[in-house]
Amino acid sequence: MTDAIMNSKPDTAEIRRPSPGGERLKKRYAAERRFRLYGLCSILAAGLMLVFLVGSIVGTGWSAFLQTYVKLSITFDAEYLDPAGTGDPAQLQNADYGGLMKKNLRDNFPEVTGRSDKRKLYNFVSPNAGYVLRDMVIADPALVGKTLDLWVKASDDIDMLTKGYVDRTEAEDNRRVSNAELAWYDKLDNADRVETRFNTDFFVNADSREPEEAGILGAVTGSLLTLLITLLLSFPVGVMAAIYLEEFAPKNRWTDLIEVNINNLAAVPSIVFGLLGLAMFLNFFGFPRSAPLVGGMVLALMTLPTIIIAARSALKAVPPSIREAALGLGASPLQVVTHHVLPLAMPGILTGTIIGMAQALGETAPLLMIGMIAFIVDIPGGFTDPATVLPVQIYLWADSPERAFVERTSAAIMVLLAFLIFMNFVAVLLRRKFERRW
Amino acid sequence: MSKTSGSSASGTTPKMKGDKVKVFYGEKQALQDVDLEIKPNEVTALIGPSGCGKSTFLRCLNRMNDVIDICRVEGKITLDNEDIYSSDLDPVQLRARVGMVFQKPNPFPKSIYDNIAYGPRIHGTASSKAEIDEIVETSLTKAGLWEEVKDRLMEPGTGLSGGQQQRLCIARAIAVNPEVILMDEPCSALDPIATAKIEELIDELRENFTIVIVTHSMQQAARVSQRTAFFHLGELVEVGDTEQIFTNPTDSRTQGYITGRFG
Ligand SMILES: Nc1ncnc2c1ncn2[C@@H]1O[C@H](COP(=O)(O)OP(=O)(O)O)[C@@H](O)[C@H]1O
Ligand SMILES: [Mg+2]
Repeated sequence: MTDAIMNSKPDTAEIRRPSPGGERLKKRYAAERRFRLYGLCSILAAGLMLVFLVGSIVGTGWSAFLQTYVKLSITFDAEYLDPAGTGDPAQLQNADYGGLMKKNLRDNFPEVTGRSDKRKLYNFVSPNAGYVLRDMVIADPALVGKTLDLWVKASDDIDMLTKGYVDRTEAEDNRRVSNAELAWYDKLDNADRVETRFNTDFFVNADSREPEEAGILGAVTGSLLTLLITLLLSFPVGVMAAIYLEEFAPKNRWTDLIEVNINNLAAVPSIVFGLLGLAMFLNFFGFPRSAPLVGGMVLALMTLPTIIIAARSALKAVPPSIREAALGLGASPLQVVTHHVLPLAMPGILTGTIIGMAQALGETAPLLMIGMIAFIVDIPGGFTDPATVLPVQIYLWADSPERAFVERTSAAIMVLLAFLIFMNFVAVLLRRKFERRW
Repeated sequence: MSKTSGSSASGTTPKMKGDKVKVFYGEKQALQDVDLEIKPNEVTALIGPSGCGKSTFLRCLNRMNDVIDICRVEGKITLDNEDIYSSDLDPVQLRARVGMVFQKPNPFPKSIYDNIAYGPRIHGTASSKAEIDEIVETSLTKAGLWEEVKDRLMEPGTGLSGGQQQRLCIARAIAVNPEVILMDEPCSALDPIATAKIEELIDELRENFTIVIVTHSMQQAARVSQRTAFFHLGELVEVGDTEQIFTNPTDSRTQGYITGRFG
């Protein structure tokens, strides 16, 4: 053989060997350096964009975690609360606390006289301040008749002023805070009666028309309840479907058809699932509108293909030799799956599930179709209560004109991101726990 | 063990018997009318050029072909005169009686201990910790691995060397106490020293088990087996005592193969 090859080539052919060093080598080194540089540039660009994104969100949103309070001297005037002096709790409960707050504001600023100025003055503090007084009185009826210095939550406009979002140099008509309000504010400020505190209410309240009262807990609870339903429905169904298709189903035209369909479903725009949910769950089955139950079901439909595809590829990645080993020892097909294949595929399945859940967490469109866009001021207490979810809450706040909602929008985005990071962290932990090598 | 030692070693009653076995992968026929007897407590070697159907036949003996969708088996295969393809014989139970060792060592990604204990656990042959401990020790001892791993039973089986892994797989197979052990080129992924150890082991195991081994090394067949079957293009060409096959084959194709003219 070798002889034949040698003989077929004329001896005159020059023997070429790669020359050490020289032009080609230099070119190769340059190309490799360039290639590495491109990679580095891409990483830098991506990192910069991320820093810009997170930076702008945090930059706008961080101040939402603070809230301005003003110190006012409050008299729990018996005239308003309990004119007859009965001490009856029902009387204390129903007294005119709004009026009491207004009177106290007038007393704190005796210089205010005009009607419109008075109305402005009443808007100096949060409209909720009266209810805070009521809760205090009900907790301690002995307060009636006393005078205290109290920190009262300022209204959103005053809050914006404290945070420096109001430009004092602008014409009075162009800013939300009038000269009179500025004067009252400065008077308090000079007396050290203005303070910003950590905004606990943002984390324990549901949505509100008043920015200073609006909180994220309603949406967080809604998201949690919805995702719980999604997880409970899509994880078992998805994993079972994947196991059946991958390990037990005969490979024929029908299973091919099912596979193609599942792959296509994964690419269906999410709003279509919302329409399906509207037609099926609300109109046909008559489930409650705006409820986490239905939201979870719709998102489960959307997440199922993702989980099935991820689980199937995780199952496929388990080497067939493991299955053969178990079968050869006399394990039944079910034992092969539960004892060997599934535990080995679990990290992959969990990763897929978390990706699916993260998608579901950020999904808005299908939930709009089933009415989860409503303005809901109560924290949902169950799966059938009206609720909203984080992304929808962000959408609602982003749509609100008040300056104070701008920072709340960014703060809600931060909460959403924190959720995602937490979920990914859980995914990493679970992977570690299940990770095995073969 | 008591089960197998009962039958005589004289070779009059076959342990397993294939009768006109035909195997098809879809339309393609991989085996044609194979008649082969496996004698108890002997090592039967299946040799032949690659692709001739050795593995296919071996996998018929414990119905591992069942898991291949397109595979169809015709003819009759018996184990102790019982048709293993009859509907009232459960393939899962059959595989507990006819164990298998694969070409590539395939320990479970679990501890050495759990690898061995898995079979007895799922078959319920041992329940208490002490019983399982004993099975683990005797199986590893029989597989000649005990001394090497007794101090690290809880370490992953996948951390052993290739030869050790294959002996672990053999130990795992014998922990179930099968009557027949099928080995599909068990040494093809091993170095010569590990191969020698496994060959020695096979010779010892013959006392308690009936062994069928596929090998592409004729020296190996000559060293370990008592009977040799030569396959060619899906046909069983010749079967006989190993000595006779290697010194005085009757078929010209066998002669051609063992003298290295093809394969
Ligand atoms: N799973 C399978 N699907 C289709 N054809 C197969 C399959 N396994 C083996 N074959 C075919 O059957 C024939 C015999 O294969 P095999 O028994 O593995 O040969 P050997 O082990 O002797 O090398 C070969 O032609 C091979 O292509
Ligand atoms: Mg083979």
